[in-house]
Amino acid sequence: MLILDCPYCGIACDETELSPGGEAHLTRFGPGSSEDEFEGYLFMRENPRGVHFERWRHAHGCGKWFHAARDTMTMEVFGTYPAQTTEPPAELRKTISEKRPGWSWRDFS
Amino acid sequence: MSHRLSTGGRLIDRSERRSFRFNGKTMTGFAGDTLAAALLGSGQTLVGRSFKYHRPRGIVTSGGEEPNALMNLGTAKTFEPNARATTTELFDGLTAESQNHWPSLEFDVGEINAKLSRFLPAGFYYKTFLWPRAFWKHVYEPVIRASAGLGKAPRHRDADHYEYMHVTTDVLVVGGGIAGLTAAKAAAVSGAEVMLVEQTANWGGRAPVDGAVIDGQPAEDWVAATVAELEAMPNVRLRTRAMGAGVYDHGYSLVYERLTDHAPDPSRPRHRLWKVRAGRIVTATGSIERPLSFAGNDLPGVMLAAAVRDYVVNYGVAPGKRTVVVTNNDDGYRTALALKEAGLEVPVVLDARKQATGPLADAAREAGIRVAAGRGIAKVTGKGKVEVVHICDQAGAGAVVEEVRADCVAMSGGWSPVVHLWSHCGGKLTWDDENACFRPDPDRAPTGADGTPFVAAAGAANGAVTTAEVLADAWAAGGGSGEAPKADAEDRQPMMPVWAMPAQAPYALRAKSWLDFQNDVKVTDVELAAREGFQSVEHTKRYTTLGMATDQGKLSNINGLAVLARELGEDIPAVGTTTFRPPYTPISMGAIGGEARGELFQPVRRTPIHDWHEENGAHWEPVGHWRRPYAFPKEGESTHDAVTREVRATRERVGLLDASTLGKLIVKGPDAGRFLDMLYTNMMSTLPVGKCRYGLMCTENGFLTDDGVVARLSDDAWLCHTTTGGADRIHAHMEEWLQTEWWDWKVYVANVTEQYAQVAVVGPKAREVLQALGGDMDLSKEALPFMQWAEGRIGDFDARVFRISFSGELSYEVAVPASQGRAFWDALLDAGRKHSITPYGTEALHVMRAEKGFIMIGDETDGTVIPQDLGLNWAISKKKEDYLGKRAQERDHMTDPLRWKLVGLETLDGSVIPDGAYAAEEGLNLNGQRKTEGRVTSTYYSPTLDRGIAMGLVERGPDRMGEVIDFPLIGGGSVKAKIVSPVFYDPDGEKQNV
Repeated sequence: MLILDCPYCGIACDETELSPGGEAHLTRFGPGSSEDEFEGYLFMRENPRGVHFERWRHAHGCGKWFHAARDTMTMEVFGTYPAQTTEPPAELRKTISEKRPGWSWRDFS
Repeated sequence: MSHRLSTGGRLIDRSERRSFRFNGKTMTGFAGDTLAAALLGSGQTLVGRSFKYHRPRGIVTSGGEEPNALMNLGTAKTFEPNARATTTELFDGLTAESQNHWPSLEFDVGEINAKLSRFLPAGFYYKTFLWPRAFWKHVYEPVIRASAGLGKAPRHRDADHYEYMHVTTDVLVVGGGIAGLTAAKAAAVSGAEVMLVEQTANWGGRAPVDGAVIDGQPAEDWVAATVAELEAMPNVRLRTRAMGAGVYDHGYSLVYERLTDHAPDPSRPRHRLWKVRAGRIVTATGSIERPLSFAGNDLPGVMLAAAVRDYVVNYGVAPGKRTVVVTNNDDGYRTALALKEAGLEVPVVLDARKQATGPLADAAREAGIRVAAGRGIAKVTGKGKVEVVHICDQAGAGAVVEEVRADCVAMSGGWSPVVHLWSHCGGKLTWDDENACFRPDPDRAPTGADGTPFVAAAGAANGAVTTAEVLADAWAAGGGSGEAPKADAEDRQPMMPVWAMPAQAPYALRAKSWLDFQNDVKVTDVELAAREGFQSVEHTKRYTTLGMATDQGKLSNINGLAVLARELGEDIPAVGTTTFRPPYTPISMGAIGGEARGELFQPVRRTPIHDWHEENGAHWEPVGHWRRPYAFPKEGESTHDAVTREVRATRERVGLLDASTLGKLIVKGPDAGRFLDMLYTNMMSTLPVGKCRYGLMCTENGFLTDDGVVARLSDDAWLCHTTTGGADRIHAHMEEWLQTEWWDWKVYVANVTEQYAQVAVVGPKAREVLQALGGDMDLSKEALPFMQWAEGRIGDFDARVFRISFSGELSYEVAVPASQGRAFWDALLDAGRKHSITPYGTEALHVMRAEKGFIMIGDETDGTVIPQDLGLNWAISKKKEDYLGKRAQERDHMTDPLRWKLVGLETLDGSVIPDGAYAAEEGLNLNGQRKTEGRVTSTYYSPTLDRGIAMGLVERGPDRMGEVIDFPLIGGGSVKAKIVSPVFYDPDGEKQNV
């Protein structure tokens, strides 16, 4: 039962207010993409032990989608940010580096 | 024999007698008793039969860890199985029955199982399962089912009610012993909001029984003063009869409060489940004494030493007249002293340690109690109860040196901290060599959202042993500054781990030494599991059932682990523990459900016309969160006949359908057309204003997920109809893509499903009925042709009229503001009276759409079906470069010519094929089953054609028109059906386009 801060409402949300949306920062591949590209987009997920970026929706609140960076082992939440971006904000990446030196997740580190 | 003492009992009120029934016999106890205390006080030492061997069993403990004394409580609507007598408070009129006995507790035929015990070893379920195969079903399973098992499942609806309570607090302290009180006080004086919960009815835990002295006062007085002090503080909330059941991520915790179990009152909730969000959680949950593994340790009368003194001190109940104490640590002496003080006989204290020294052993000797060091129990014998204790050298192989007559054995194998709540959310344990126990590892605590620990264990739950250690540890865990409560240091002698008694016990003794009383697991069972290759403790648990069922091994786990470790030649910490999972002890299903029962289970969504349906005998069908009328059977009419009548009336004259539940989403903005082109498989941006178009929506995986008619309202706005169950889901689907992929597109989506009532007026007379209402709209074929919509007034109503049809008839779907819905419906009934206008339900709707070959999401689709499978290629744009699902539909499996595709099915004999039937073809698949080549997706009796019709997905179906395929029936025989077009009625659409 996580608590995540909704970056739109600015409030700490109980997990019962939220809907999970799986992994964040996927790149969509449509018609014209190769089988490997499409498979990667549709099915391949990180499932890491440690730093992870995921999508959440404040479904029983403002209805907005946002991203959360957290540690899947310790449940530590590094930060949340609006979903209208293709990569984690630099400041958040710095915060994670301070807490988890040498972390990497997909192409980010 | 157990009996009530004439004096003593700090928790009972001898002036208040309480009468109760056990197995039909009336007994009495006192206010403040637990059922277990009252049973023992009434001389009832035999309280149940064991799970597997039906051995006679007695009360072992005085608390929530009790494995044996499980009761069926109450009757009929208040019946509850598996209640522990040790945690059941006595009240007048309580009825209890022992479990797992047949025909009676005293005479049980299942005892024969005990004689067969060598044929019922660890894993015997699995072994009997293997061979001979037929024996499992016809011999073993019926016998096991009849003779094994715990309580009976209740057969009546629960008469009690339950509730939730949500609370946030800075600190939650679980456990109201001296550690919990100290931690709560430490946190409270610092100004924190504190919630302190205690699972029993009484504060103070063990300390008052064990004679602790705190800050110069007897523990009892210190506890009373501290509770009074906490009660006076506005920032402290105290609850007794409230158990910390589980700890979850980020400080979430469940507390299970039993409000009326001790004093039934139907006007109050029976249980309350607290859903607590705590900044920090202190687990001051104490520790549990371990049994010793000697032969015959499951006989009624063999009890934990601390429980024996609890009964004497708390309830004035003597578990026996002559009690042998056997211990591997100092604590056993406390029991011997308490018994002696109560005037009971203690023939000997058997101290497994080589030397019996220290203040407690000395005090026992001074009290005239014989102390035998280095001794243990070879076996306890007796018929259904303790009669003779056979004493041996602990270090030996069980040669009996002395026999002592006794009716009770008090055993203490050391103490295990209650680490459950610490472990629920990832807290790790460390092995404490000195006290031979697992305790919380402070360096590996559960961590919260900020990455720092949010659970602290305190007192005995943290491995502290003496009162002074407990107080200091708990004060620190509560975050206290200043002076902690104090107690004198104690001169404590080290305990000695004893995992087998005697140490060299031969097989015959080990095979009678119980580890898990509740599941009948013996030392030899765990040894056998190890020999058979079960090296993981989790596997051993499942193979032997050690630590399963209602007590979850609270007594047995450490002893079992030790046996497994010895057998594997490993250290105990290397073997590790099984996983601790919530709840700590069982909680009621009622509490988990809370208020969500009956009408509150799931609120029903109601259309503006719902009440009319109810008043007119609707046979309801749940659809999403809605209730929709399935049909409107008249007095004496079957539902089937009603459907037939409704279909015929609609096709011949005019019918009326409440379609308000259909999803209505307005999609608006400069990029709305582009957005809808991505969502639907066909082109919506080119739809002219004033027109309607049927559209399909797919997931990115290519599968059809929803369908409906889209109307273009204006240059930049579209109204998308969704399925009844799909409105919220499709709204969320649109939001997701707009917010997370195309966030720069200017589109707004509003779900206006409940803003409108929508009524379908359907049938050849539909136009006449609407025209009779008057208004300013031209509803003629020329002014409002098929697949167009218009706005205006019909009668006095503000209407948006869609010329769309899901039945194949002339049809108008009319949306009016929700507030006008019921009046509009009534006006239509009036206007249609001369045509015998007939309201119809969802089944008539289904039948008519099937006659027309229209698909239904959820019937023809199941999450694996693409639009191409359903012959809907006409609704898939070939011009568009992209839409959701397009790429997926290009995968080779999706374009496989052998995919099952939609066809109509016409039975040769006119019968209705059973729903979900599969078409079988010749040959067997790799599993040895008949091969299949298709299945039925919709099947109905068609009143219009007076025969069975069906739709189905068939391999290469559209290429096999006219072929006959075979649908085997459950129970034998088969139905033959011809593959035909799915459109059974009016294939050219002449009737809807008039």
